[in-house]
Amino acid sequence: MNSPAATCPVAIRIQEDDFDIAREIAVLTKSRTDIGAVVSFSGICRADDDSSKIAALTLEHYPGMAEEEIKRHVDEAISRWPLNGVTVIHRVGRFMPGQNIVLVLTASQHRRAAFEAAEFLMDYLKTSAPFWKKEESATGTGWVEAQACDDEAAARWTKS
Amino acid sequence: MKVKYFAWVRERIGKAEETVEPPASVRTVEELIAWLSGQGEAYAHAFEKPKVIRTAIDHAHVKADAAIAGAREIAFFPPMTGG
Repeated sequence: MNSPAATCPVAIRIQEDDFDIAREIAVLTKSRTDIGAVVSFSGICRADDDSSKIAALTLEHYPGMAEEEIKRHVDEAISRWPLNGVTVIHRVGRFMPGQNIVLVLTASQHRRAAFEAAEFLMDYLKTSAPFWKKEESATGTGWVEAQACDDEAAARWTKS
Repeated sequence: MKVKYFAWVRERIGKAEETVEPPASVRTVEELIAWLSGQGEAYAHAFEKPKVIRTAIDHAHVKADAAIAGAREIAFFPPMTGG
């Protein structure tokens, strides 16, 4: 176990505004010489789904719980990997294809921890953080259904 | 107690939150869902597949057999689709 408090700043934000990946990485790494790897994942609203073209996506969340749930998983990531910084930004509101939805940044001394922690956080963001997507397409409007493959992706991180 | 609804649960019930006073015999999440289902057509529709509904007590996920005693806020919602 590493001691995260002083060396692993955590930023969790839920916001309507867009984010700037380069700026967020700069904030995470500013004045740090112990960080050797930053992994960034961005989730973007896409137009093509299996059946129909998505015109827009609306993200709803549970204020309060969403932040707390993300924090619980960030804390777990910090206990499992030697991280030097974590940033999670999840946008809410209505988005058009091509617009940013989510950003996860993980910083570590070496790439492996950063890659794994980013993937771990995304798997749990999809299955456990209280956010819901509603799709608008030519055929109508409807809530996105949860995918079994997302649950399976999250389950592989469960400690036996 | 305060209950909150999200996504299609909220849409089907027609409100985002309310205060409910279930009888003392309602002790678990499962029993609360069954009781809410009897509060009118909109509730019956929202909770027609109780196994699909996810529940959080005071901002933490809980299972259907969780006790509701002492809960400040109980939220019902469909499986999450963020990220």
